[in-house]
Amino acid sequence: MAPTPGAPAPWRIEIFRKTRFDDPEGTHALAAIEALAQQSPKLAGATSVRYGRGFLLPGELSADKVQEIVGELLADPVVDEAATFEPGATPPAPPSGQRMLVARKPGVMDPVAQTLTRSLAQLELIPGESTPLVQTFHVWQIEGDLSEESLTEIGNELFANEVIETLAVGDETLAYGLPSPRPPVGRVEVELLGLDDAGLMELSTGGQLYLNLEEMHCVQEHYKSVGREPSACELETLAQTWSEHCQHKTFRGNIDFDGERIDNLLKSTIAAATHEIDHPFCISVFHDNAGIIEFDKDLEMDLAFKVETHNHPSAIDPYGGAGTGIGGVIRDILGVGMGARPIANTDAFFVGPQDLPAEDVPRGSLPPRRILNGVIAGVRDYGNRMGIPTVSGGVWYDKGYVANPLVYAGTVGLIPRKFAHKTVVPGDIILVVGGRTGRDGIHGATFSSIELDEESEMTSAAAVQIGDPITEKKVAEGLLTARDLGLFRGLTDCGAGGLSSAIGEMAENTGATVHLERVPLKYPGLTPDEIWISEAQERMVLGVPPEKLEECIAVFAAEDVEATPLGEFNDTGRLVLKYEDEVVADMDLEFLHNGTPKPLRKATWTKPDLADPGAPKIEDPKATLLGLLAQPNIASKEWIVRQYDHEVQGHSVIGPMSGRKHDAPSDGTVLQPCPESKKAVALGCAANARYGKLDPQAMAETVIDEAMRNVVATYGDPKKTALLDNFSWGNCDKPEQLGALVLASKGCYAAAKAFGTPFISGKDSLNNEYRVGDTTLSIPPTLYLSSISVVPNVNNVVSMGAKKEGNLILLVGHTRPELGGSELHDLMGLWGGNVPRPDLRYAKATFEKLHGAMKYKQIAACHDLSEGGLAVALSEMCMAGDMGAEIDLSVIDHDDFPEGYDVDTTLLYSESPSRFLIEVEPGKKYHLQSKMSGIAATPIGRFVSGAKGISIKDSLGRPHLKASLDEVREAFQTRP
Amino acid sequence: MSRPKALVLRSTGTNCQEETSRALTRGGADTDVIHTNHVLHDVSKLDPYSILVFAGGFSYGDDLGAGRAWGAELRHFLSDTLKKHLERGGLILGVCNGFQVLMETGIFEPEASASTRKMALYANESGHYECRWVHLETLETKCPWLVPGERFPVPVAHAEGRFVVRDDEALASLKAAGQLALAYTTPDGEGDVLYPQNPNGSTAHIAGVTDPTGRALGLMPHPERNLDGWNHPDSARMGKRPEGEGAEFYSRLVKVAAGAN
Repeated sequence: MAPTPGAPAPWRIEIFRKTRFDDPEGTHALAAIEALAQQSPKLAGATSVRYGRGFLLPGELSADKVQEIVGELLADPVVDEAATFEPGATPPAPPSGQRMLVARKPGVMDPVAQTLTRSLAQLELIPGESTPLVQTFHVWQIEGDLSEESLTEIGNELFANEVIETLAVGDETLAYGLPSPRPPVGRVEVELLGLDDAGLMELSTGGQLYLNLEEMHCVQEHYKSVGREPSACELETLAQTWSEHCQHKTFRGNIDFDGERIDNLLKSTIAAATHEIDHPFCISVFHDNAGIIEFDKDLEMDLAFKVETHNHPSAIDPYGGAGTGIGGVIRDILGVGMGARPIANTDAFFVGPQDLPAEDVPRGSLPPRRILNGVIAGVRDYGNRMGIPTVSGGVWYDKGYVANPLVYAGTVGLIPRKFAHKTVVPGDIILVVGGRTGRDGIHGATFSSIELDEESEMTSAAAVQIGDPITEKKVAEGLLTARDLGLFRGLTDCGAGGLSSAIGEMAENTGATVHLERVPLKYPGLTPDEIWISEAQERMVLGVPPEKLEECIAVFAAEDVEATPLGEFNDTGRLVLKYEDEVVADMDLEFLHNGTPKPLRKATWTKPDLADPGAPKIEDPKATLLGLLAQPNIASKEWIVRQYDHEVQGHSVIGPMSGRKHDAPSDGTVLQPCPESKKAVALGCAANARYGKLDPQAMAETVIDEAMRNVVATYGDPKKTALLDNFSWGNCDKPEQLGALVLASKGCYAAAKAFGTPFISGKDSLNNEYRVGDTTLSIPPTLYLSSISVVPNVNNVVSMGAKKEGNLILLVGHTRPELGGSELHDLMGLWGGNVPRPDLRYAKATFEKLHGAMKYKQIAACHDLSEGGLAVALSEMCMAGDMGAEIDLSVIDHDDFPEGYDVDTTLLYSESPSRFLIEVEPGKKYHLQSKMSGIAATPIGRFVSGAKGISIKDSLGRPHLKASLDEVREAFQTRP
Repeated sequence: MSRPKALVLRSTGTNCQEETSRALTRGGADTDVIHTNHVLHDVSKLDPYSILVFAGGFSYGDDLGAGRAWGAELRHFLSDTLKKHLERGGLILGVCNGFQVLMETGIFEPEASASTRKMALYANESGHYECRWVHLETLETKCPWLVPGERFPVPVAHAEGRFVVRDDEALASLKAAGQLALAYTTPDGEGDVLYPQNPNGSTAHIAGVTDPTGRALGLMPHPERNLDGWNHPDSARMGKRPEGEGAEFYSRLVKVAAGAN
C-alpha cells in the first residue's frame, strides 16, 4: 500500500531521555543486540543505544503550536528532551554512530497516533474540523563499529517486522500519508459455471478461497441450480464460512479409521461425553461463543470460559498475533450469551528451543527466541491494558514448533444467569460497535486453515492483525452497560471472517440485509468484499430492537465508541448485501451454513516401533535432579508471569506463583470473583507433546488427568469441574495425522466419562505444517486442555508450598513404570517406552477422596506430580516453603517393575498420573488415611528446616540424594 | 458519623474502578464511579464528594507516556476544581495510573511550572511491566490517613512507576516539606532495599508522595488489591488476618473524611 502522493511534508518530533536519566529502552535494545551478536558474531560491535519516540504532525501547524503540543502531550519536562524539525527538514547526521528508523506502513493500525489525534482535538490544539494526519515512528541511535548492512540485519532481526513496518538505516525519509485508494467497484461477477477442475482449483487458490475441489464442485452445482454466476462477495462469504477455522470440517466430517466408521468425530467423542454425562451445572455448551457453567446457584451467577488458538498470525507477527489472539478470545467472552464480564485470561505458548542455532531456523521463519519474546509482549500489552488478570497458562518447548509456533489464549467471564442466552428477532437492527474497518486481516480465516510456507510471511501480509486494546476496553464498558439496561437481544463478536462470519452466523435461522457502505472505514477506498471479510479488530455486532436503537447508540457514545446501524435481520432465509443500492450478494443461508460436503477421510495409526529404554540407574542423582529442574519445560516461568498483571480486579486467592518468596509454581490458580459469594473458581491446564508423539490416546487421558489435578490440588470440586479441548494438529488429510486425532479424541471421551467432567467448549487448529522446498515440517500432535472448577469455600483453599517443619509428607496414588516421553528421558536422550496413562478405575476416587479430606482441613499443602515426577514436585514444595525435606523411598509399596526399570529412578522420575504429594500434621495422619481409604496415601518423610536441604533415601533405605535449597533454586531459575 | 461520599474517577482505559470502589464502600464510604468525560464540562458534579480517587489502569492506553493524555485533560479542565477541593478540606488519592495522572496535573507541585517541576514517574529500570508483591513503609508525612513507621505488604503492577527527581536538591526539598510519604522496604524493614523489593528503581525507594498539604496522596502500589487476607501469595503462613492490609488503608481514609465533614 503506497502512501498518498503529494501529502504536504510534516513536522517531525523526536523525544529522547535526557542523558542524565538512564534510558531503559536503549539499554534493553543494546542487550538484545549483544545477545544476537553471540549467535552471529558479524553483528557484534554496538557500544551504546539510545531510543527515541518519533511523531509526524501536519505541516500547516505553526511553530508555536508544535512547541505547545510537545510540552502538553509528548515530552515530560523532567526526564525528556525533544528535538523538532520543520516540515521538509531532517535531523542532521549524529556526530558519531548511526540512526535506525522503524515506521508503520500506511494504513496499519497505530493506537498511539489515534490517542494523540484524540487529545489534540479535545485540547483544541489543532484548529479546524478536519482530522489531522498524525503518524509515529521509532528511532534508535546506535554507537559502535557496525556497517549499514549489519545494522539493517539487526533491525530486521530485532526491531522491525517487514510485514507491517518499514526499516531505514542511514536514510531519514519517512512516508507520510494514507494508503492510496482503489477505484470504486460494485458487484463483481466471477465466472464459475463453465470452469473445469483445473479452472476451479485455480480460482480457489488464486482467489485465496482455499476450498478443495469437492467443495468447489459443490459451489458450482449450487450456482448452476440457481442459474447464474456468483459474485465475488458471495464466493468470499462461502470461503470464510466453509473454512476449516470456522466449520471444523475435519472434526465434523466422516472418517474411516482402520476400518472403523466414525460419523462426526466431534459428536461421537467429545460432545458425546458431555451429553452422556448430562451434568446439571452445564448452562450452555458448544453452541455459543463460550461454554457456560453454574458458579453460585443462590446468586444465579455463572462462569463462561473459552480458549482460542492464534497460531498462524503469531508465526508471522508474534506480537500482533498473540495480542489479537487474547483480544479475540476476550470478545468471545464479551459476546457469549448477552455478554459476560471478563475476570481472567489464560495463555499457553508452544515454541522451538530458545538456543536453536541460527542455521537451523527454516527459511522464512522467525527465530524461536524472537517468537517467544514477541508473543509474551503481545499478551502482556493487550491483557494488561484490558484490566484482566492473566493467571494461568504455560510454555512448552519442542523442535517441532520451530516453524509453526502455537499460541493459545483463553478468557473466563462472570455472567448472571439471566444473560446466558440470546435471540435474533426479525426486524431487529444490525448494529456494529467498536473500531473502524480497514484492510487488516483480510483472509485471516482461510489463511489460518492452510499450511504455511516460505512465502507466507509476504503473501499473507494482509492477514496480519494489529490490536488496539483501549478500543476493546471501551467496547467492553459500553457493552456491559447496554446489557444491563436491556438495550439489545442479539450479540456476537467479529472474529475470523469479520462481519461475514458474525452476521452470517447471527442470521443463520432468520435472514438479513446489510448495507456495506455504512460500515465506518479507517480510510477510503475499500471494496465491498474487503469491508465484508476484513478482520479489523475490536468490533462486535448487536441485534437491537428498533425502539432501543437510539439509547443503545448513546450508551456507546458515552464511552467514545462508534455504533453504526448496518441493516436489519428479517425472516427471508437469505443474506443480502448491498453497496450503495447495488446488490453485491444474495445468498441462501441454508446452503451457506449446511451445504458443505462431508467427504469420507481415511485415518490410520501405527504404534511407533521403538525399544523401551526403561529407567536406567542414575549415576549422579543430584546432577540429575538439578538438570531436570533446569529443563525448559520444568524451569521457572516467573520471568514471564511477572510481566502480566495477575492481580488486577483484586480477586486473587492463589496466584500463578506461590510460597514464601513467591517463586514456586502454583498448581491451579484460584480467584474469588464475586465478593458476595464464598465460592471461588480454580483454573488449570495441561499439555504434553512428547506423550502425543508416542501415544495420542494415553496423552489425551493424561493431560485431562493433569488439568483435573491442577484444580483439585487447590480445593476445586472434582464433581464441579469442566474441561475445554484445544487441538492443534498437522495436516489431517494425511491418514496418520487424522489417526492420531481420532485416538486423542477417544482418549478425551474415555477420561471425561470416567471423571464425570463434561467438555463445555473447544476449538481446533488443523493444518499446522510448514513447507520449505519439498520438505514438510509438521507440529507434534498437541492437545491443550483447560479445566475450570468451582471451589466450595474460599477459606479452605490449599496451596502447594510446605507449611511447617515436622509435618508429614504423604505420596497419594500409585507409581507405575511410565517414563515414555518423560522429562528424564529427554534429559538422558532416550526415546520410547510406555506413556503415562491414568488408571481410570481409580483416578476419580482419588480426586474425590482428596477433596473430602480438604473439606475437613486435613491437608496443609498439596502439589500434583507431573513433568519430572516425585523428585521435582518435592523440590518445588520445598522452594515454596523455604524448607527442606527428608524422604525415604523404601517405604513405598509398588508392583514389581519390569526388567530395565531401576526402582529408585522409576519412583523418583516416573510421570504416572493421578498422584499428589500432600503435607499433613502428624496428629492428623490417622484421620487423613481413613478419609482416603482405598487410595494409597503413604507417609514417605517429613519437612525439615531449610538449612538441611532435601535428602532422599533409596528403595533400600540408603542415602541416595542430597541437595541444598540454594542449589535447587538456582537450577529452577535457569532461563531457557 | 455520616458516611462520607467518595467518587472514583475513571477515564478511557481505566481498569481498577471496581476494586477501588469496593475498597471505599467496604471502608465506610458511599461510593460512585464516573467517567471524567461527564464532568469536564460540568465540574460542579464533583462538589458533593469529600474523597476523589483517580483509579489505576491504562488511561488512553498510556500511549503517549503513562497518564499523560488523561493528565493533560485534567490539567486543562479540572485544575481549579481539584485545588478548591483540597482547600475546603477534601481528600484526593491517585493509585498507580491515577498517581501518574496526578503527577501530570501538577497537583503535587502547585507552585511549579514545567521548567521548575521537581519530580516525575517514568520507565521501570527493568524496562518492562512488572507485577509482584512488595512491602511499603510509611515515612514522616502530613498525609492524615497514614501512620508513620508502619510497614505493610501490597502488590505493584506497572511499567512506568520509577520515581525520579530533577536533582538532589529537589529530593531534599521534597523531604523537608514532608511530601515523601511512602517508600519500598524489605519484609522486616531491615537491611538494604534491593531489586525486586524496590521493584522499579525509584530514587530513595519512594513509592508515594503527597501535595504540600498532605491531603492529596499518590502511590504506585495497589492497596485495593489487598482487601482480603487470602490475597497475599503467602497468606497461608501469615497467621490469622481478618482482612488484607489494604482494607485498613481505605477505611482510615474514609474515617478521616468523615471527621472532616
